[in-house]
Amino acid sequence: MSFFLLILIYTGIYALMAIGQNLITGYGGMLSLCQAGFYGIGAYATAILTVTFGWNFWATLPVAIGLSALFGLLIGLPTLRLNGDYLAIATLGFGEIVRNVLNNWVSLTNGPMGIQRIPMVEIFGFQINPYRKVAFAILVWVFVVALYFIFKRFAKCRLGRALMAISEDEIAAGSMGINVTIYKVVAFMLGASSAGLAGSFFAVYSLSVTPGSFQFMTSVLVLCMVVLGGMGNFKACILGAFIIQFISYLPQLLGVTNLVPAQAKQVFFGLILVVMMVWRPQGILGREKFTYVKKSAKGIQEG
Amino acid sequence: MFFQHFTNGLTLGGIYALIALGYTMVYGILKFINFAHGDILMVGAYIGMFSFNFFRGDAPLGAWTFFSFVLAMIVSAAFCAFLGMFIERVAYKPLRHASRLAPLLSAIGVSFILSNGAAWLWGTQSKKFDYPFDNTPLMIGGVAITPHQILILVVSLILMVVLKLFVDRTRLGKAMRATSLDQDTALLMGINVNQVISLTFAIGSALAAIGGILIAFDYKCYPTLGMMTGLKAFVAAVAGGIGNITGAMLGGILLGLLETFGVAILGIPMGYKDTIAFAILILILLVKPEGLLGKREKEKV
Repeated sequence: MSFFLLILIYTGIYALMAIGQNLITGYGGMLSLCQAGFYGIGAYATAILTVTFGWNFWATLPVAIGLSALFGLLIGLPTLRLNGDYLAIATLGFGEIVRNVLNNWVSLTNGPMGIQRIPMVEIFGFQINPYRKVAFAILVWVFVVALYFIFKRFAKCRLGRALMAISEDEIAAGSMGINVTIYKVVAFMLGASSAGLAGSFFAVYSLSVTPGSFQFMTSVLVLCMVVLGGMGNFKACILGAFIIQFISYLPQLLGVTNLVPAQAKQVFFGLILVVMMVWRPQGILGREKFTYVKKSAKGIQEG
Repeated sequence: MFFQHFTNGLTLGGIYALIALGYTMVYGILKFINFAHGDILMVGAYIGMFSFNFFRGDAPLGAWTFFSFVLAMIVSAAFCAFLGMFIERVAYKPLRHASRLAPLLSAIGVSFILSNGAAWLWGTQSKKFDYPFDNTPLMIGGVAITPHQILILVVSLILMVVLKLFVDRTRLGKAMRATSLDQDTALLMGINVNQVISLTFAIGSALAAIGGILIAFDYKCYPTLGMMTGLKAFVAAVAGGIGNITGAMLGGILLGLLETFGVAILGIPMGYKDTIAFAILILILLVKPEGLLGKREKEKV
C-alpha cells in the first residue's frame, strides 16, 4: 500500500511537469527538452530559501514558479523567434547548463553534495512529512487537479486556440493577426513554471536535493509521458505519467530489481518514443477534440 | 603561449568539425536535427576501442599496432555507417511525411536507446582508451604539439577535403546537393532519393565514428560521451550556417578555438567550460541566426 502511495506521489509530481510539457509540445508544437532544468530550478529555489534563509515552504512556491518562468523567458525569447528546431537544441543545452551550474556554484548550491535537511511542509500546524504518505499524496494531487483545470482553461481560451493555429501553420497564423512569438513565449513560460512547481514538491518530499536528480533523463521521461498518453490532451498526460511511473517501479514491485537494470527500463522508454511516433503518433487517448459548442448547449441542440 | 593555445584549439576544433558535418548534411537534406548523432559518435568510440584491442592482441608496439589502429578505425566507421542507415530506415523514414515534431521525438528516442543501451551492455564506468603510440610532445617553434594532436589535424583535414571533393565533384555528390535543394524535383530527375538519404546518414555516421575515436583518447569511453560533444558539434554546425558543409568545418574550428581561449585567456573556470558553447549558441541565434555562411531563407506561404 505504501508502495502504491509512493508511485502515486511521484506520478503527481511528474504529472505537474507533464501538464506543462503538454501545453508546450502538445498544443504549441514546440519541442522543449529542459523540464528537468526548470524542475531543478524550482527544487533548488525551495531548498535554498528554506534552508539558508529560513523561509516558509509556502512562501517559496511563488519564487520557484516565478524563477522558472523567468528563465523560460530568457531561453524562449532568442530561440522562439526562429524555426522550432533551435528551441530543442537550446533547451537541451540549457538543461545541461543548469546541472553544470548546480554542480559548480558551490557557495550557493553546495555543489555535488547538494542540500540536505529541507524543512517539512506545515499546513495550519499540521506537519506533512514524507512518512505521512497519504497526506502528502493528497497535497500533491490537490495541486495536480488545480493545475489541470487552470491549464485546461488556458488551452481553451485565446492562448490555446492561438497555439493550435501556430502549430498548424505559423505563417498563416501570423497573417491572421496572431503575434506568434508572444504566444509561444507565454506558453513556454507557463510550461516552465509548472516544472518549477513540481520541483518545489520534489524538494519537500525527498527533503534533500542533489544535481544528479535533474538529468536529461528526467526531461525525456516527461516527454515520454506526454507522447504516450497523447499530445494535446491533459488527462492523457496524467495517465501517461502514471503508466511511466508504474513501469519504472514495476521491477521493485515484483522484486526483480536484480534482473532488470535501470538502463533496460530507459531503453524501453526510448523504444516507446520511437514506436509511438511510427505507429500511433496521437498517443493512447489521442488529441482532445476542439469544439466551439459547449456540452450543455449541445444537449439542447440535439434534444 | 598564444600559438600553443591556438594549436590546442585547432585540434579540438578539428574534431568538432568532423562531427558537425554529420549534423549539417542530414539537416541540409531532411531539415531535421538528428539527435542520435552524438550517440553514434559514442558507439563509434566503443567499437573502435574494442576492435583495436581485438586486432592488436598482445603484439608489441610496432607496425602491427599502427595497422590494427587503422583497421579499427575502418571497422568502427563501417559499423556506424550501417548503424546510421539502419536507424534512418527504421526510425526516420516512416516519418518523412509526418509533422515536423514526429522525427525529432523519434530521434530523441533513438538517442536514449543508444546511450542507455551502451550503459547496459558496457557499464556506466568510463573505459580508458589510451593513445597507443608514443605521445611525447614535439617542439615546433616553441609550440608543444603531441603526435595525437597531429593525428587529429591530419585525419580531420584529409576527411574534410575528401568529403568536400566528393560533394562538389562527383555524380553522387551532385545528387546529394540536388536532393537537398528540392527532394521532389530531384526525384523527377531520376535521382534515387532514398539511396541518397541513406548515403548521407552513412557518411555522417562514419565521420562521427572517427571523431569519436579521436576524442576518446582524451575523454575516455563512457555512455554519455556523445551528449556534450554532440551538442557542441551542433553549435558548431549552427555557427557555420546549418546545411552548409564548409560552414560546419569553419564553425567547428572556430568553436574549438573560442573554447580553448575562453579557458586559457579569459580565465573562465574549467567547470564552466561547457557553458561557453551554449553562450555562443544563444549569441548567434540573437545576432545572426542563419550562421556565418548560411543563407537567410524567407518562408513563403
